[in-house]
Amino acid sequence: MYSQGLIGADDKPIENEAFVAAFQARIDAEEKIEPNDPMPEAYRKTLVRQIGQHAHSEIVGMLPEGNWITRAPTLRRKLALLAKVQDEGGHGLYLYSAAETLGVSREQMTEELLSGKAKYSSIFNYPTPTWADIGAIGWLVDGAAIMNQVPLCRCSFGPYARAMVRVCREESFHQRQGYELMMALAEGSPEQKEMAQDALNRWWWPSLMMFGPHDSDSTNSDQSMEWKIKRFTNDELRQKFVDATVVQAEKIGLTIPDPDLKWNPEKNDGAGGYDFGPIDWDEFWRVVKGGGPMNRDRISARKKAWDDGAWVREAANVFADKQRQRAEAAKMAAE
Amino acid sequence: MSNKLTPLWEVFIRSRNGLNHKHVGSLHAADSNLAVQSARDVYTRREEGNSIWVVRSDQIVASDPDRSSENFDPASDKIYRHPSFYDIPDDVGHM
Repeated sequence: MYSQGLIGADDKPIENEAFVAAFQARIDAEEKIEPNDPMPEAYRKTLVRQIGQHAHSEIVGMLPEGNWITRAPTLRRKLALLAKVQDEGGHGLYLYSAAETLGVSREQMTEELLSGKAKYSSIFNYPTPTWADIGAIGWLVDGAAIMNQVPLCRCSFGPYARAMVRVCREESFHQRQGYELMMALAEGSPEQKEMAQDALNRWWWPSLMMFGPHDSDSTNSDQSMEWKIKRFTNDELRQKFVDATVVQAEKIGLTIPDPDLKWNPEKNDGAGGYDFGPIDWDEFWRVVKGGGPMNRDRISARKKAWDDGAWVREAANVFADKQRQRAEAAKMAAE
Repeated sequence: MSNKLTPLWEVFIRSRNGLNHKHVGSLHAADSNLAVQSARDVYTRREEGNSIWVVRSDQIVASDPDRSSENFDPASDKIYRHPSFYDIPDDVGHM
């Protein structure tokens, strides 16, 4: 589900001009870059970081929703949520594999997540105290992720683009189940509707932050656009998301928590779009840098999973070795 | 004369950048170098691709056809994994 604008890349090409120019010419001609192709080291590093952050986001993203699997109110909702969280795990694996084509190991990426060196989407550092949060995540967080991910299907790096095609194909169900859940709450008792509105109030701004800093403050955006890793800027994607989502909230009688939200017929080159209020970037940076309400819980949950799984990984390796030895012994005996 | 068999290799071709390597067939070759060269000669004479992978056939592990129903049938009644399972009004835009 869940990419956000790359956090903290500042790499510039270090190779000679002719090499960089030849590479850029391939990008400009819309040629895809494959793992064995020559590429600037900064392109490789940017992708390792971005795909890694994206993969970590999928894996950490399982936690806030997993929180509700045992307490889903009906079997239907439980099945949907289980299937969704399972998909997120799969998305993480597709993405880790894409990053591994660039010569980084899974162990290294895992280590960087657990040590706090690698970032993941700021959105997962918010808690999910009510059932309506599951609806809000599917509708808003997956909705925002889709805006980000659809253009990534055309990213210049082949393995990332192909992973994203697979992810996007699975993503529509995620958003629809969330919106359907919100719709059911919004049509329910006054308490249920209030719960839905409360979730929207808490998730709206963090969802807008998922697109990353404003273009004017985003240092790495230009280079990523030039390399066609990104196809739209953070602000363009954020605007698309707002324009698509406002009508969805209205339709189910919920109110976007932004007093400055206003239709502006001149936006989007005259096609019209919504103006919206200022985003609290201090909160964004605080959460990205580890100060969100759930940062510590998320990383300690991942650490626990990794540590608790150590004996399984060890046992599987020992078992595999033993099987191999037995097969060799059997082969020797037969000869 | 040795009766050692020449190993079989599976051949995968990327037709152009951006696409997956796709299985196109197999061939016999004594080693990986010869396998790539033969694959080039056999499978890319008409610009079929720009990249070749070869994998020894005996290195491929396949699922057991006798277990295909237990492997794959369980997905068929999980319709909640598909977007169309969720009832959303048409006028809220594409979702």
